[in-house]
Amino acid sequence: MSSQMLRVTEISSLSPLVKLFRFEHPDGTSLPLFSGGAHVVVEMPDGELLRRNAYSLVSDPLEGAGYEIAVRREDTGRGGSLYMHSKVAVGDMLRVSMPLNLFSLDLRARKHVLIAGGIGITPFLSQLKQILRLQVPFELHYAARSSAEAAGLGLLPDLPQVHVHISDQGNRMDLGAILSGQPVGTHVYTCGPEGLIASVDDTAARLGWPESALHSEAFLAPPPGAPFDVTIASTGQKITVGPHQSLLEALEAAQVDIDWSCRGGACGRCETEVSSCHGRIEHHDHWLSDDEKSAQQKIMPCVSRFVGQEITIDR
Amino acid sequence: MPRTEFSPSISSRPVYGALTSHGASPAIMLAEGPGAEALIELAGRDASVMDRAHVIFVPAGTGFGDTLRALNPKLYHEAPSMAAASERFTKALTDALMGTRLYLAGTEGLIGQASAQALAVGFPAGAIQSEHRGSIARLMQCVHCKGMTDNVTTDPFICSHCGLTLFVRDHFSRRLGAFQGVCVDAETPGIIPETQEIQP
Repeated sequence: MSSQMLRVTEISSLSPLVKLFRFEHPDGTSLPLFSGGAHVVVEMPDGELLRRNAYSLVSDPLEGAGYEIAVRREDTGRGGSLYMHSKVAVGDMLRVSMPLNLFSLDLRARKHVLIAGGIGITPFLSQLKQILRLQVPFELHYAARSSAEAAGLGLLPDLPQVHVHISDQGNRMDLGAILSGQPVGTHVYTCGPEGLIASVDDTAARLGWPESALHSEAFLAPPPGAPFDVTIASTGQKITVGPHQSLLEALEAAQVDIDWSCRGGACGRCETEVSSCHGRIEHHDHWLSDDEKSAQQKIMPCVSRFVGQEITIDR
Repeated sequence: MPRTEFSPSISSRPVYGALTSHGASPAIMLAEGPGAEALIELAGRDASVMDRAHVIFVPAGTGFGDTLRALNPKLYHEAPSMAAASERFTKALTDALMGTRLYLAGTEGLIGQASAQALAVGFPAGAIQSEHRGSIARLMQCVHCKGMTDNVTTDPFICSHCGLTLFVRDHFSRRLGAFQGVCVDAETPGIIPETQEIQP
């Protein structure tokens, strides 16, 4: 994964829980441009631990002067967002990966409908800038529990196509109304909680939308679970994965060579063959098909875990 | 005339199935000649498919018009030719909402042209179904002069625009909705393979 050391040049609060971080190259050189929906992986050296979290870029894709991300503080999370909120200061140098896009706009679309839930607004902030430049019709629907939670409000353009649904003000998002009556050639993009993505998929299917017009992104933090042991087929080495550690992180800590990209079960880069498995793989990814998951011959180490007697992976 | 079964070919060659009903979804149905029978059979399997269907039919000398009209589609229109139906079909496509299904039945030329037009206005490929009925004649584009020759039934054939002798390839352009014809004697001028009837 190619990356570079960037300097934090600005930190501001978007809401009580969400902070915006701006990164620039220490020499002031221009950074590679990207496309709307792209993300970067930020490395956080936290004592013994090296944390790596993926964040959507919220800045203008055609602005190379800096990258901006919005980070929501998760007090009960694994610690990455807490680290960003409490340990990172203006002037610090952090390692940031090159942008990668797993959630790009389908440029064949005649119209884009963007549906965001909560912090899921982030990829749409860069997509919006791209859409406005392309001059393609669009609608953005942004749902949040309260206006204090709606961190993206300040970053959204004041346009009639931007609809904000604040549920504690009684303005809930009506997916049926949004998805019915859209002109042919519309593509819909959803980012937010799993439940929102599932509701959009269900509503669209009920209204006869083909799957090719539906796009979604749900970055998963690796879920915690019971510790488990893994055997590395090439060396016979046995590795223990801690309760708040992912298998990928355990492999990295044990210097096992493994490629990765999104670290959230979406991109498929860290897919690993399972050579023997006595127990049950807890698949949490969006990459493997249902058949592959039930066959238990592949695992996505970034988010998936194991319960049972013994598992050996091909590494 | 039953559904045509084509022999397997390269992956760019379109394949056609039998139309399957998506129930009473909004639908645009375009059929030419024997293609009417595909719509009649479709409605026979599920009558509700006509509830919100806009049927455009070019009889091309067949007498299926009355049977089609009796299936009671939401809108029924008969046109003397594809050219005459084109404006209505274009308007129906551009006014369509997401969730609208497109059913096409007829020759490869009709299916190819109508699909290309639908894709160009943003119709999702997953919402387009087609069933081949009738002649296996092809719409061919000359890759040299870009001219289109319709109703090609032999291989090779003479391009009706530039006069080159063209080999009938299975390679198909989704954008143009036509097969690609390539000069058959470019390297050996004048040596032309024997003309054969195109097979399914």
